[in-house]
Amino acid sequence: MPNKKLKRVDIIFSEDCVYKDVLTDGLKKSNEAILKEILDSGLRGRGGAGFPTGLKWKFTSQETEEEKYVVCNADEGEPGTFKDREILTRVPLKVFGGMAICAKVIGAKHGYIYLRGEYQFLRADLDKAIEEFHAYLKEIGFDFQIHILMGSGAYICGEESALFESMEGKRGEPRNKPPYPTISGFRNKPTVINNVETLVYAFMICRIGAGKFQELGTTDSRGSKVFSISGDTPIAGIYELELGMLLEDFVEEFGDGDTKAVQVGGASGFCVPRKKFKDTIIGFEGVPTGGSMMLFNSSRSMYNVLKNYVEFFEEESCGQCTPCRVGCQQLKKGIEAIKKGEKSAHYLDTLQKLADTMKVTSKCGLGQSVANSFSSIVDNFKEEMIY
Amino acid sequence: MANTVKLKIDGIDVSVEAGKTVLDAAKKLNIHIPTLCYHEDLCVAGNCRVCVVEQEGVKNLVASCAMPAQDGMVIHTNTHKVRNARRHVVELLLSEHNADCTKCYKNTRCELQDLAGEMVINEHMFLDLVPDKNYTIDKLSPSIIKDDSKCIRCQRCVRTCQELQHVSALGVAYKGDEMKISTFFEHSMYEVVCTNCGQCVIRCPTGALIEKNYLDEVWDAIYDEDKHVIVQTAPATRIALGEDLGMEAGSIVTGKMAAALRRLGFDSVLDTDFSADLTIMEEGTELLTRLKRALVDKDPTVKLPMTTSCSPGWIKFIEHMYPEYLENVSTCKSPQQMFGALAKTYYAQKKGIDPSKIVSVSIMPCTAKKFEANRPEMHDSGYQDVDLGLTTRELAVMIKQAGINFKELPDEKFDSIMGQSSGAAVIFGATGGVMEAALRTAYEIVTGREVPFENLRITPVRGMEGVKEATVKIENVLPEWSFLEGVELKTVVAHGLTNANKVMQAVKNGTADWHFIEIMACPGGCLGGGGQPIPTTPEIRKKRAEAIYREDEGMAIRKSHENPEIQQIYKEFLGEPLSDKSHWLLHTHYQKRKRV
Repeated sequence: MPNKKLKRVDIIFSEDCVYKDVLTDGLKKSNEAILKEILDSGLRGRGGAGFPTGLKWKFTSQETEEEKYVVCNADEGEPGTFKDREILTRVPLKVFGGMAICAKVIGAKHGYIYLRGEYQFLRADLDKAIEEFHAYLKEIGFDFQIHILMGSGAYICGEESALFESMEGKRGEPRNKPPYPTISGFRNKPTVINNVETLVYAFMICRIGAGKFQELGTTDSRGSKVFSISGDTPIAGIYELELGMLLEDFVEEFGDGDTKAVQVGGASGFCVPRKKFKDTIIGFEGVPTGGSMMLFNSSRSMYNVLKNYVEFFEEESCGQCTPCRVGCQQLKKGIEAIKKGEKSAHYLDTLQKLADTMKVTSKCGLGQSVANSFSSIVDNFKEEMIY
Repeated sequence: MANTVKLKIDGIDVSVEAGKTVLDAAKKLNIHIPTLCYHEDLCVAGNCRVCVVEQEGVKNLVASCAMPAQDGMVIHTNTHKVRNARRHVVELLLSEHNADCTKCYKNTRCELQDLAGEMVINEHMFLDLVPDKNYTIDKLSPSIIKDDSKCIRCQRCVRTCQELQHVSALGVAYKGDEMKISTFFEHSMYEVVCTNCGQCVIRCPTGALIEKNYLDEVWDAIYDEDKHVIVQTAPATRIALGEDLGMEAGSIVTGKMAAALRRLGFDSVLDTDFSADLTIMEEGTELLTRLKRALVDKDPTVKLPMTTSCSPGWIKFIEHMYPEYLENVSTCKSPQQMFGALAKTYYAQKKGIDPSKIVSVSIMPCTAKKFEANRPEMHDSGYQDVDLGLTTRELAVMIKQAGINFKELPDEKFDSIMGQSSGAAVIFGATGGVMEAALRTAYEIVTGREVPFENLRITPVRGMEGVKEATVKIENVLPEWSFLEGVELKTVVAHGLTNANKVMQAVKNGTADWHFIEIMACPGGCLGGGGQPIPTTPEIRKKRAEAIYREDEGMAIRKSHENPEIQQIYKEFLGEPLSDKSHWLLHTHYQKRKRV
């Protein structure tokens, strides 16, 4: 698959459209037409997992239950990700527009935004925007309401089924899957749950059309994506870039000239060392990301980076399933013991195998993805782990 | 067939009903998949991950307990990947677990230990996390000890407390490495809404939740020459004790149990069934009295429906959850406590023994009975009425400690007095049994005739349905009971506190017109009590219930009021039901408690 050149794009934040027009036009289309558009666009979830958005909407629309919901996952908790905050600040009405169009397609009357607890400061502006949005829906006679529910600071509540539990007032613990949310989500009703950014892209696809979106990106990773760029970079911030670029080009643009590694996709993503920059495509065919790009230069200890991540997971695991709860503790204690010389370097192999087990046995995406950062950092920076 | 799915497990085709899990399908093929968090009585948690299997075409392993069987699935339960993963999971659990097995009450009876044994774990693969943990042991409750260092966080107890018992004394607190099973603000089990029912204890796979045992205290009393140690055995013990001593579920071991107790050295081997019969006399009379006050005297203060009071788990539940209905609870003490009060009065007098020398021990299917024995209300004899409450399991331990070959024991009889009983008393051990026993007696008192059911089997109140209603029409009554002529006596039976809660909600909402309510805290009644042999499953409880009704039908006397020792005690000591003496020794009142 040929890669794309790094290219800045302006879809999400573009101001050359009036949300009211897009919404009115969108709501006039048939459900089939909208679904076809979203499916054809190749849009995949922007939260990280990358499930095709059109399929989610389609499956939910096929359910015969009377009550359905659309939920916007705004529990942006992945370390190094801060793009949803920006989107909700700058273009909240586009997010709501995406929710409304989804609601039309699946037949939902209520939409919920699950807002990260730490984003309380966005609440007042969002409430105001919702008021405006509701007024417009009333004007055009579309029966749909958006509500905001606040998270309380647990990373795990960004996992969709834990998020539903939390929304229902219960402890945020992931559910067993199947059933998936399209069949049984919030209040055990068919639910579409999409990331903030996904909803805006869905909304914008209704405006620009699937064809235009498809022109961007690669076969597996269509379109563009909003990146949260941080770490050792002179120009940290939010950038909307076409998918499919080489990490080499990315580092060229954003690095400080001394980039040693890039953590793609946050603590649950992969660490790519300098020697692999030129072979690594940012996208689902290479290394996927929910938006987090953390650059590290040669002054950084990768042991400290890893320890920080493992500590994060140790604390943020919900604690219900064994591999994740105890595995994270063992990984942390294990690398500390190796560093202190209490365990031999061979113990790293045991820990790697443990991480593999966590990947295949954990109940949800949290425990399953701990191995991503653990193995990619240990594999590439073994000597830093030991000495 | 539309409702079956076909899949392949380890190369063998199997079809199961739609909705069944991969684990169910494997069971059907007699393929054993290890489990820890799974329990037949509870909703699926899928959190221990011990039961993982490999599904072709799926990258990750799947938890067989939580994965619905689907058409065309190809499952492997014994691959390299599966074995490695299960080994890792068990090793992880062990690393967080205080695995000092020889110091554990559950040593040799622990599911985690069994699993470690199966996997032949000689050396621990991972670092020991226990020293880093600030584990606490809560020993304040007289019934249950909660030891967090043994907990594997399977949440069976949490699900039990919430789903089966509607109590939620136990819940999950904190997250990540600090996640633990906890009570409200980490108060002691003694201070929270815990009903001491012990349903968590019989479902805990390890030693994290155990009964507080009084083995040493009982042995010390037995060895003390100066003490007269008497023992009473509850109805449900005699159909379950055998399970802990190598016998099949549903074995009736009444005679062997009496023999074993004698060999253990108890001075007198007596029967709670005696005081169960007494309960029927008192409680039946109380019900009839309340009905008379309501129907004849039109007394607005009389409280109906009246509920039973035998189950101490239920009593504590109502004290916490529905204190405004405490007046509806029968004032009768439970059979254990009636027995205790009489042991140090009537029995002591008859035998000419100084009551201060009597040590009164009870063998109960119950952990809540330990709490009940320690209630400050229960000192009516002038002493603590029941000194030591043991579970069926503790008795089994004592029998093993004494080197008794239980299976080969001859059948022996209980001692007298307070050792004789009726079939009505035996069925106290099953849900609906108190109701059935009460109806057998009350109906006959009022009409002079036996209850109109074949062979005295009042089947509407039997069985494992959660809430059972039955109406008995009272006709052709004796002259002194004319006010009951034509009355339809409406009764309801509930077992498991979630069902009890449903009944109480109906009472509270005014949607029910029952006269008499039987409630047992434990699923199945006492036969499924928190002090009974482990494990408990619907199948095992069914077998125990069958045994109880077999025992009833094998008894010469089937009705409480026909028990000669009951007739004797009223003649010699109590006078009549609800007499002053009865009130002093056999009745009590309960108190409102906080809901934390």
